[in-house]
Amino acid sequence: MPAVSKGDGMRGLAVFISDIRNCKSKEAEVKRINKELANIRSKFKGDKALDGYSKKKYVCKLLFIFLLGHDIDFGHMEAVNLLSSNKYTEKQIGYLFISVLVNSNSDLIRLINNAIKNDLASRNPAFMNLALHCIANVGSREMAEAFAAEVPRILVAGDSMDGVKQSAALCLLRLNRTSPDLVPMGEWTARVVHLLNDQHLGVVTAATSLIITLAQKSPDDFKTSASLAVTRLSRIVTSASIDLQDYTYYFVAAPWLSVKLLRLLQCYPPPEDTALRSRLTECLETILNKAQEPPKSKKVQHSNARNAVLLEAIALIIHHDSEPTLLVRACNQLGQFLQHRETNLRYLALESMCSLASSEFSHEAVKTHMETVIGALKTERDVSVRQRAVDLLYAMCDRSNARQIVAEMLGYLETADYSIREEIVLKVAILAEKYAVDYSWYVDTILNLIRIAGDYVSEEVWYRVIQIVINRDDVQGYAAKTVFEALQAPACHESLVKVGGYILGEFGNLIAGDPRSSPLVQFNLLHSKFHLCSVPTRALLLSAYIKFINLFPEVKATIQDVLRSDSQLRNADVELQQRAVEYLRLSCIASADILATVLEEMPPFPERESSILAKLKKKKGSGKLPENVNGSAELHAEEPAAANKASPPPPTEVLALNPTPPAAAHSLLVDVFSDLSAPTAVAEDHLSRFICKNNGVLYESQLLQVGLKSEFRQNLGRIYVFYGNKTASSFLSFSSWVSSSDVLKTQLNVHAKAVEPVIEGGAQVQQVLNIECVTDFSDVPVLNVQFRPQQEVQKIFKAQHPMETDAAKAKLLGFGVALLEGVDPNPANFVGAGIIHSKSAQVGCLLRLEPNTHAQMYRLTLRTSRDSVSQRLCQLLSEQF
Amino acid sequence: MIKAILIFNNHGKPRLIRFYQYFTEDMQQQIIRETFHLVSKRDDNVCNFLEGGSLIGGSDYKLIYRHYATLYFVFCVDSSESELGILDLIQVSCCSFEVFVETLDKCFENVCELDLIFHMDKVHYILQEVVMGGMVLETNMNEIVAQVEVQNRMEKSEGGLSAAPARAVSAVKNMNLPEIPRNINIGDINIKVPSLSPF
Repeated sequence: MPAVSKGDGMRGLAVFISDIRNCKSKEAEVKRINKELANIRSKFKGDKALDGYSKKKYVCKLLFIFLLGHDIDFGHMEAVNLLSSNKYTEKQIGYLFISVLVNSNSDLIRLINNAIKNDLASRNPAFMNLALHCIANVGSREMAEAFAAEVPRILVAGDSMDGVKQSAALCLLRLNRTSPDLVPMGEWTARVVHLLNDQHLGVVTAATSLIITLAQKSPDDFKTSASLAVTRLSRIVTSASIDLQDYTYYFVAAPWLSVKLLRLLQCYPPPEDTALRSRLTECLETILNKAQEPPKSKKVQHSNARNAVLLEAIALIIHHDSEPTLLVRACNQLGQFLQHRETNLRYLALESMCSLASSEFSHEAVKTHMETVIGALKTERDVSVRQRAVDLLYAMCDRSNARQIVAEMLGYLETADYSIREEIVLKVAILAEKYAVDYSWYVDTILNLIRIAGDYVSEEVWYRVIQIVINRDDVQGYAAKTVFEALQAPACHESLVKVGGYILGEFGNLIAGDPRSSPLVQFNLLHSKFHLCSVPTRALLLSAYIKFINLFPEVKATIQDVLRSDSQLRNADVELQQRAVEYLRLSCIASADILATVLEEMPPFPERESSILAKLKKKKGSGKLPENVNGSAELHAEEPAAANKASPPPPTEVLALNPTPPAAAHSLLVDVFSDLSAPTAVAEDHLSRFICKNNGVLYESQLLQVGLKSEFRQNLGRIYVFYGNKTASSFLSFSSWVSSSDVLKTQLNVHAKAVEPVIEGGAQVQQVLNIECVTDFSDVPVLNVQFRPQQEVQKIFKAQHPMETDAAKAKLLGFGVALLEGVDPNPANFVGAGIIHSKSAQVGCLLRLEPNTHAQMYRLTLRTSRDSVSQRLCQLLSEQF
Repeated sequence: MIKAILIFNNHGKPRLIRFYQYFTEDMQQQIIRETFHLVSKRDDNVCNFLEGGSLIGGSDYKLIYRHYATLYFVFCVDSSESELGILDLIQVSCCSFEVFVETLDKCFENVCELDLIFHMDKVHYILQEVVMGGMVLETNMNEIVAQVEVQNRMEKSEGGLSAAPARAVSAVKNMNLPEIPRNINIGDINIKVPSLSPF
């Protein structure tokens, strides 16, 4: 028993600990602890006042019991009493107990605060330090309230000792983090910045930590700290180590301080002052140079400290992202580390290369290390390092190396650790999509992904592959063929069955010509998986079957038999049963035409950000996803133009895809008003869809949907235009007409029949256009639509007062609406919005006032969610201008 | 910021725990178990960093640890700390502790588990000189050791009395309670002043 020391007393404690250690079983330990707890409790409750030493001993025992994982529900009061002892050691143990055991919402906090207050005022540096430590460690709101004013005062007071200043800086930092609203900035800001010039390097280190946090919150207030930091850093980096007190650590000058200063500089852009800037560049170069020098010591501490500074300097270079030479040097340095024998360095090099890869200056330089990184993926023994390698491969991927990187990642996936598989799957899926040159490669990759790591393929991944296949007709045939082949495997992952069911249901006809994949073979193949699948997959397969009936009338009878079987029609699952019943009925009673309409091929999905990317971001936390520089721009260029077409009710609802979010509020406002005055412009790409089709949706907004159905015979055509009112109230003064350019008029005759001027809420009206093609034409006729939603009221009136912008503005503001700047394309117009609150309901109001100074007239438009309110407001306001 | 410092042995028995963010007792124990689970299955020559467990802030946090003989020293930190810096800080804390152990006239070459257990309060005090409220306070080992030595001297001068048999202590205390501590304190301050000359 070497440790039962005689020197520092507390023999009882040592005996107790030895007892616990000698316990043979958990039960014996608990028994011993309970005995001790009872003993301490009785001592604390006893009549005899305990002396400080005993209290100290018992508190120590309680701490030990707590450490072993037992709850301590008493002794707090005794610890608080120790705080007011004037013996340092008793005070110290009291504070220790409180920092470890008292949580921020304890009832004792007032008593504790009182003791802290006394110690802060004691002018005894040892006591002050204990008190500051306690504030920082507990960091509760009550403490912040009590000491937020006092701590900064201690920090900047001229007579505070260095050690106290150090503690005060960190204490203030902690309070600022936990309750930033309570820590007033202001008068002490400048003096805190000035601490960077302090003689004592410990104080400078603590102050730098504080300033980093403060500068992140309000960079402008601490702007001057950047230049001081550069000066300080340059003194450390270039100094002989003698003047650094004891802050030289294994031959490296003040490494921790250097790291902090470099961190602080990462809060700011590169200095604008050229002298300062070149001084900083010089520092960074010196740090990079030092890395090339032979080490001054073989000890690992020396290289650790040196590299900590180096890596932070590289982080700063990446942050500035403005000096191509430095960036490339940094990249080369990290490249050396990639092959270093220290695992830690390899890990850190991979990590910081990730951010280097997103700089345009160094992206190419990073790519030169691809082989090494791939090697790391294969040979590293440490999963943490391999994970960093995956991150880096993801970050350095672009079109030129996508195939290789994706292939390597897929290869790695077969043996990857379970903990990181899902992430790799997401990354592969994203890269495959982003850099797919031909989509057959994309389909292959995703199917491979499902084959290798099916359990880790989330729903988003297979939703996405289906979206892409549906939207790109060049890959549909290939996709059908590939899934068909993949499904041949005796054991398929369920995700593959889902993809297979969906794709064959849509595009099975494209491969039905081959007798090896005839309709019946396809169906039998799918159905052989049916019984192994979960309910949602089975539901999807049933939908695929009904689609088969439409695609291949020859298998109708077989499928009807399947649907009719008891296991479907009387399935215990309501969803499956309902599908079976409905699909069976549908296949029996519907004519081929109806079936073809109901089970039409899925329309293209609206383009949107890949949900996989969103998932990866969520998984990695917002800041951590390395950006891939070459990503989004290319992606947009190659995607087909946004398709805003409304899908007919999809026969298979399994693809629960969120609709695109509606436009932001104020663009809605513009839209609303432009419906009224300006003719609606239809984007060209909506039109292009009708080149190969005769019906579909031409235009859709929040209010109105315009659909087309057309038929042509020789030179004559008839187009039915359907106008659907999507709102709940009627459209008034609805009119639509076709206008053509003068040239077009001679080439194409268009005759439009008039429509009813009113469209009820939710109703649809039809307009017939008769068209005669006189000769070939290239221009397009324009369909103009005009209407007024019912809740809208408009009035044109003569100005009764001088037409001054400011006066009008003041009146509108006085009326109680908020004026929206920059919403109306005409800056002279006023656009406002507001809400009228009543007990029963809230009425939203939109308002537009258009002055016409030439005519001395105003046009006032009001729209609210209630007709009567619109009328009344318009009436009231029209008399005011 | 450092969220927590955990020291446990090869069997996962905690030897020191310090949390700088509030967690309930149950949660603290869960975190210790999870961290042990993560760290203990790693080989000794792999890297000293790994992504934090699920309990303490998720993937934005890292565990930085060192394994000495029978003990694991684990710092749980967020991305604002330099990995290598923290790694060396663990070294500094351990060295300071070794220095402390040596001052007790003990000859241990490495940080020894038994020392930690029997001087739990001392380990806390040393750590307190290094990390405060989750922030790195002091990195200079000489400074840390000097601080701890000041504390030891204070303890000796105060404890000289209490190390005597308890009965004698209470007897003395009962005799002349107000005077004795005051005298001792005065003596104490006199000793301290020269060593803290910048005052």
